[in-house]
Amino acid sequence: MSLKRKACIVGIYEHPTRKAPDKTIAQLHAEVAHGALADAGLTHRDIDGYACAGDAPGLGPLAMVDYMNLRVRHMDSTDTGGSSYLIHVAHAAEAIATGKADIVLVTLAGRPRSEGSSGTVPRNFGANAPDVPFELPYHAVTLNQYAMAAKRHMHEYGTTSEQLAWVKVAASHHAQYNEHAMLRDVVTVEDVVNSPMMSDPLHRLDCCVVSDGGGAVVLARPEIARTLNKPVINLLGAGCSIKALNGGKIDLTYTAGRFSGPAAFEEAGVKPADIQYASIYDSFTITVLMQLEDLGFCAKGDGGRFVADGNLISGVGKLPFNTDGGGLCNNHPANRGGMTKIIEAVRQLRGEAHPKVQVANCGLALAHGTGGVISSRHGSATLIMERA
Amino acid sequence: MTTVYQDRTITAPVPTPENQPFFDAAARGELLIKRCLACGEYHHLPRAICPHCFSDCTEWVTASGTGTIYTFSVSRRVLPTPYAIAYVTLDEGISMMTNIVDCDLDALEIGQAVRVVFKPSDGGPPVPMFTPV
Repeated sequence: MSLKRKACIVGIYEHPTRKAPDKTIAQLHAEVAHGALADAGLTHRDIDGYACAGDAPGLGPLAMVDYMNLRVRHMDSTDTGGSSYLIHVAHAAEAIATGKADIVLVTLAGRPRSEGSSGTVPRNFGANAPDVPFELPYHAVTLNQYAMAAKRHMHEYGTTSEQLAWVKVAASHHAQYNEHAMLRDVVTVEDVVNSPMMSDPLHRLDCCVVSDGGGAVVLARPEIARTLNKPVINLLGAGCSIKALNGGKIDLTYTAGRFSGPAAFEEAGVKPADIQYASIYDSFTITVLMQLEDLGFCAKGDGGRFVADGNLISGVGKLPFNTDGGGLCNNHPANRGGMTKIIEAVRQLRGEAHPKVQVANCGLALAHGTGGVISSRHGSATLIMERA
Repeated sequence: MTTVYQDRTITAPVPTPENQPFFDAAARGELLIKRCLACGEYHHLPRAICPHCFSDCTEWVTASGTGTIYTFSVSRRVLPTPYAIAYVTLDEGISMMTNIVDCDLDALEIGQAVRVVFKPSDGGPPVPMFTPV
């Protein structure tokens, strides 16, 4: 069965904090839940479904359902890193479409900035993770693994550092209007390529920020959504996939978005050229460029030319992206950027983005996430939404 | 620009029963990979079940120890010492994550021929790394 128009996003909330040493992670989850429910005009007693990922404490839904005192018949703890929340939305829509839930809450929160966690620290998932003995000794970190994907993309397609820099430039043009953004200064291509080299070919300004914070979304069945005060935002299509190392026969020039994107477009019955606004996961500049190719916004290998010359800047280019400043400039709570991708897409569809970056008559938007590591194992998820 | 390779402290791998022969071989200066007796394909990282055809008949074989750099990155601000992380495609056709060592890290190129060397880890078995031939 299709999910098309079977569920609506009725509540969104992005935590304004960017550094929260005095709050617990459970508290941040509850605060974003509180905000999203207030946005929807609902109470926590209206919820009958809940989802969270590995950023939540303890056993995720068990800890948070207890802490927030929810009563649920749908629960989801799918964890594909930063793209988890888009998958939670897809699963919530499935539950709503099949009558297994009416109103589902999804939360994300974390404090990597306060806790000193970032993409330059190896993530050791323990001796039972089969990849650890074959990656930890080589000091594989998020940063240098994305850098290896960028290096190969440059080798195969002639992508340049200047083209990658345009992704950051576009994000900075949007972030200047976001009072909560960590980096509000507009930067140039020269600023990016002249910033310190972190791990070839990625410079400091090719990287996202590290921030505390979080966000939440609430989904509901369409009959309920129409009784609430906000514009009705329909989910039209969803897709998800995981790509890994294929037993050692590797091709690092594409992501699992090659599979999640077409699935979402097919279910929605629209084409990439129809999309008026796109939230694209931006852990690094290369992440955006490869995902745009994989989603079909341009041909494989043409990402560099596609993002150049301001094509991602709202009001300037053909595909306005990440108008909140994205992970590259605004925030990247819990080192997981998928939630904020959904939130800004909904703002655009509601007409609630900052007036300087709002896409005129935005009726069709896409949110896409890639979690994990682009050059090893990662999960991609794509959502396509419309304003009813 | 020249960035001379410097030895660094290497986090020790913790072998499991499934991959112990790989690290025992590394201690002998030998690179082992897995081959499937059913489909004939090589794979890495080593598993009991072939990831290509899912046969449970896999065997250890000694790899040539030579290959080419598929991609790499010199991390300059992650550790106090710059280091080059890479995927090397072995002559057998499969790729493995590694480091490129004992060379000028600024002279590395994709496609460059490399051969395996073994570097000691901090309290564990040695690990395979690669150096330009």
